Amino acid sequence: MNPDMNARSRLSSLEAAWVIARRDFVAVLFSRAFLFFLLGPLFPVIVGGLAGSIGSQVQREAVSVEIGLAMSEPDNAAMIAARESLRPQLGSALPRLAAVPEAREPGFDARAFLEARRANYAAILSGSPEAPRLVGTEAQVAHWQGPIGLIAASAAGAAPAAFPEVRTEIVATSGASQRSNRIRTAQAAQMLLFLLTMLLAGMVLSNLVEEKANKIIEILAAAIPMDAVFMGKLFAMLGVSFVGISVWGAVGWGLWSLGGDAVTAAMGSDPSDLPAPAVGWGLFAILGIAYFSMAYLLLGALFLTIGALANTVREVQTLSMPVTMMQLMVFFLAAYTITQPGSSLELAALVFPLSSPFAMLARAAMDETLWTHAAALAWQGLAVLALVRGGSMLFRKRVMKSGGAGRAKRRRWRACPGPEALVEPAE
Amino acid sequence: MAVGELGAAGKYASAGDNRPLAIEARGLIKSFDGTRAVDGVDISVPEGAIYGVLGPNGAGKTTTLRMLLGIIDPDEGVRRVFGHDRPHDIGRLIGYLPEERGLYPAMKAVEAIAFMGALRGLPLAEGRRRAAELLERHDLAHAAGRTIRQLSKGMAQTVQLLGTLVHRPRLVVLDEPFSGLDAINQGKLEVLIRNLADDGVTVIFSTHVIHHAERLCEGVAIIAGGRVPYAGSVEAARDRIPAQVRLETRAREGRWMQALPAETRRVGDFFHFPLPETGIEPLLRQLIEGEAGILSLSIERAGLHDAFVAIAGEAAARQLAADNEEAAR
Repeated sequence: MNPDMNARSRLSSLEAAWVIARRDFVAVLFSRAFLFFLLGPLFPVIVGGLAGSIGSQVQREAVSVEIGLAMSEPDNAAMIAARESLRPQLGSALPRLAAVPEAREPGFDARAFLEARRANYAAILSGSPEAPRLVGTEAQVAHWQGPIGLIAASAAGAAPAAFPEVRTEIVATSGASQRSNRIRTAQAAQMLLFLLTMLLAGMVLSNLVEEKANKIIEILAAAIPMDAVFMGKLFAMLGVSFVGISVWGAVGWGLWSLGGDAVTAAMGSDPSDLPAPAVGWGLFAILGIAYFSMAYLLLGALFLTIGALANTVREVQTLSMPVTMMQLMVFFLAAYTITQPGSSLELAALVFPLSSPFAMLARAAMDETLWTHAAALAWQGLAVLALVRGGSMLFRKRVMKSGGAGRAKRRRWRACPGPEALVEPAE
Repeated sequence: MAVGELGAAGKYASAGDNRPLAIEARGLIKSFDGTRAVDGVDISVPEGAIYGVLGPNGAGKTTTLRMLLGIIDPDEGVRRVFGHDRPHDIGRLIGYLPEERGLYPAMKAVEAIAFMGALRGLPLAEGRRRAAELLERHDLAHAAGRTIRQLSKGMAQTVQLLGTLVHRPRLVVLDEPFSGLDAINQGKLEVLIRNLADDGVTVIFSTHVIHHAERLCEGVAIIAGGRVPYAGSVEAARDRIPAQVRLETRAREGRWMQALPAETRRVGDFFHFPLPETGIEPLLRQLIEGEAGILSLSIERAGLHDAFVAIAGEAAARQLAADNEEAAR
């Protein structure tokens, strides 16, 4: 026996995975593709922002909350004055009122006026404060009938002119509000986790397909166990994901610092107003990172298996579509069960590995129990190992089938694109 | 296990060869989708030997090598590399050049070599140092800082070969290493393989080019249709075919012709026949006494090609020839 063989003759699985992870991490991080990847979320944000702003403007312009007044001039004035007197108490519950100039024309017909679409009134009010007549579509009439009655009563002097002062006292929370508020936090966290996972896990796919195209994979498979190759790739991509998230987080923080109000206006709500999760923000953030890692590793392991089995990008797309749809279903399941704590459906979402990180993160927002998280993370870790082991077995069984039996064996040097590679560029 | 203890698969080594086995495989069977790609392969390779796996494309060479290296597992049979059932357990001792070459296109040559060493347990810094040395020794020092995509095909192929050797393995497995190389680089590779063997490294390579195996190998496994009809020394393979005698005489006919063996063929002025088991002397005596007028007589030992035809059959030999033509194109 060779004396060298007494020395340790193989890398441990961790060491082997580290070799792969280090190479992949550096290669991806310093590639041009990573820059485009970082810019990736910018496009949906810009498109979403533009669409949202245009949509809300269109909605603002298209939906009228103005009632046209077609009473006599004093009655119109009385109605407007009554509305103003009620506004401090009722605010946006009252419609805006404006006199219809055309109503001064003799023979003005409110119905014909609205049907002719000559102006953008929600409805037209004629008659008098004592006997008001509201003309409009069924929905508009149903919506404004009550407020108009109140304004008319006030204008006619039938409603109270003064209101007693209501003393108020604010409490931080109540049983009902705490629960409903934490649901908001749980939903926001689940949505963020889902978006990040879907955005980032796809990177793993292209990585392995590229390696197969480069014919590196056989060298890796010969040198170290495929489990270690898969693990290394997964953790490299996870590391790249954290870099991406850090960059996006920093940019987001910068934007928030520069114009938090604009962000709040664009989002329709203030993210900083989200209620504190049950486990507290600090632990929630740590659990968020842990569950993101698990969700990423689980989905990545699935994608890696697909990437290992597919030979072309087209095959990858075909195979990954059902997985993506399944992930969407899993997200819906986890989101649906937020409102059903303790149900068998929630239990299923907690146990099924792919939905478990989402369901558990929601739990962290709503329930302060901690041991369940330790158990869930251990379970998810086991599922990652099982998926990686299964993927590598499939790879060994189904991919390394032939060295070229039955096909022409022209030497193909995958790394060299062609004769042009013979021209050595200046360094 | 010593070579002498082996069965038919290990008989090529001389009786006095006590070298331990680098590779030992018995009854390897592998099927893909119901098709048997390898059907009962037996191979034994002693340490320090240069061993060839010879056969046409699709014969099962690559699948056999992959099983020996643990890239895939056999459905049946056993394999041992340096006595280990799991080749990955001794990954640091093995270097492997796959048939379909490939490297990361964006990686620098020196990094590519160091990375391949790291896969086999060589620290990166040491790998870079050795890579620089190897590149210099192979006149590629100028390419150390270039990316693989900037290298010519031959240079990139050399880089991968150096990556196979950078961790100083005790067993080097090369799958069709001569494919795609021009004559000069084929010659360089032959020298490299011999040097490795001189340093005690076991080299096993697959090829469909007989003369590479004939020039380099002390042992070969002839593989055709997933089976190994012969595994043993090159010499023993050649000895399976009797030496051929080529005779030229002045006399066209005569009593002396009765002395020629029944298998004698006449081609032009020459008679061709297998060397009689009794040797050449009795025949010579009869030819002289019969006044044949011997103009020339030569005894030609059978080549590995003749042995391949005899062992693997005409069909396999024809396919081998076609593969060679394909490769040459």
